[in-house]
Amino acid sequence: METWDPNTKSALTQIPLLTTRAGPRDGAAWTQRLKEEYRALIAYTAMNKSNDNDWFRISASDAAGTRWTGKCWYVHNLRRYEFDLQFDVPVTYPSTAPEIELPQLDGKTHKMYRGGKICLTVHFKPLWAKNCPRFGLAHALCLGLAPWLAAEVPVLVDSGMVKHKDDTASSAES
Amino acid sequence: MEEEMKAMLDQIESLKHSLPNNTAIADLQRHAERIAGLEKCVPTRRSKVKDMSAEVVDSNPYSRLMALQRMGIVHNYERIRDFSVAIVGIGGVGSVAAEMLTRCGIGRLLLYDYDTVELANMNRLFFRPDQVGMTKTDAAVQTLKDINPDVVLESYSLNITTVKGFEVFMESLTNKKFHGSGVDLVLSCVDNYEARMVVNQACNELKQTWMESGVSEDAVSGHIQLLIPGETACFACAPPLVVASGVDERTLKREGVCAASLPTTMGVVAGLLVQNALKFLLNFGNVSPYLGYNALKDYFPTMEMRPNPQCSNLACLERQKEYDLAKPAREAAAKAKMEAESSSMIEYPVHIDNEWNISVVDDMEADISTSSKSTVSIPDGLVHELPSADGFQKPAFFEESSSTVDDLDDLKKQLEALNAE
Repeated sequence: METWDPNTKSALTQIPLLTTRAGPRDGAAWTQRLKEEYRALIAYTAMNKSNDNDWFRISASDAAGTRWTGKCWYVHNLRRYEFDLQFDVPVTYPSTAPEIELPQLDGKTHKMYRGGKICLTVHFKPLWAKNCPRFGLAHALCLGLAPWLAAEVPVLVDSGMVKHKDDTASSAES
Repeated sequence: MEEEMKAMLDQIESLKHSLPNNTAIADLQRHAERIAGLEKCVPTRRSKVKDMSAEVVDSNPYSRLMALQRMGIVHNYERIRDFSVAIVGIGGVGSVAAEMLTRCGIGRLLLYDYDTVELANMNRLFFRPDQVGMTKTDAAVQTLKDINPDVVLESYSLNITTVKGFEVFMESLTNKKFHGSGVDLVLSCVDNYEARMVVNQACNELKQTWMESGVSEDAVSGHIQLLIPGETACFACAPPLVVASGVDERTLKREGVCAASLPTTMGVVAGLLVQNALKFLLNFGNVSPYLGYNALKDYFPTMEMRPNPQCSNLACLERQKEYDLAKPAREAAAKAKMEAESSSMIEYPVHIDNEWNISVVDDMEADISTSSKSTVSIPDGLVHELPSADGFQKPAFFEESSSTVDDLDDLKKQLEALNAE
């Protein structure tokens, strides 16, 4: 943890930890886990808003809470870059972490697996494994996706792989 | 094409008659005839073979395999047609394993992968550049059905880690459409920790024996491992890489994020995997519980791994319990088999003279006093120094204060309200 910046660290300590070890195939135990997931996501979203660091929207797109969709954004050089965000809760959750996908960036960076799955292998997976089952979806966003965006979006923008939506709109008009 | 070729040959023939004794025309005629001959032999596809025959003729695709019986290696090779093998991950190892089993005449192959063929896969065996863009499972079926039309091929292009994909995976492993039996062996040829954990979960729940395989991201080492739920370590008990090298399995990079790969290492690992699978299915030789391959030193370590009594996988713990309960029956069966074998053999003294009166004494009696506390999980002769803990220490469970919301719909609404702001 010594490599994490103090903001991420303090945010992390404020996200409620989870206790139920249950995946989407575990019936009532999964409902219990899902409640804990919601509590953590609510706390994290509220905290981000109060710290003026709001950076994602996420909600379950099925009743069982196994597929999640939303948006995430990153501000680089005072411009906001927004991406679709989606992931499935794997059947072996929480032993294995969800594979977070940014489908619009598929093929634009090699820090990604096919289908737009961001690479979490080095910076996040070991941390998830050590903290199973206490980490949940909110932690995956905080420690998995947020640092990935911070590292990759500036590179993608500077290299021209990602264009701001205002620029693409104006270039299409002209 | 064929008619044009014929017309051209006729033209040359007439030219030859009008200009007799011209060597250039004779050469041209020979050349054209050779091309016409090549043209004819391209699209032959072999038809299905009803029974495997041991007859040694050039046209029998199974003569060399059936010779395994004559050589005394395999008792009944033809049984291979009754077996179903599921291969999860049709990449550098899985596709080659599928081809090997197809050429061996396996009864049925189930192929699982969600990926498509890319040009970046061409440094490995099996897939061809003209298959780029096809799903790996469909491309594999295309090639395999031409190699051996006797094999029943099932293609599943899906991601087994999702809830839906997992349901289809489990259903396909258990359905008994083929000869009234399910799958005999699952081969895991995937390239990531998540998918291995999913195969592990499915096999632990179904009591399905499986074999795991892997190639390191630097492409110079690999391993295969036999997993029998309850009897040997499951993948969650002890991930093989931790055991082999002390590296945490979860930090493994996958193909996509530029891991190295070699057709040689992948071919070797696929060969080791299918060899072990054949030994397991056809009941010959010793089936390796774990076999490593270090390409730099040509070192092949083997070992055995017992299940972890504190495994985090609940299905694994259940299988372990069942295996322990079946212990007396298993031992009785083994004893009966030993006795049957020894009674069928005629005993005669190994040495006629015994000048020093040497005799072999059973050491069981001496053992009983020392190993009064017999434990199942460690080999004979070893004793635990510290008292065993049977489960994780449960963390002190603190009750949520009554003010927190405990209704899923309310929690959903709360998050949506935050999202809408």
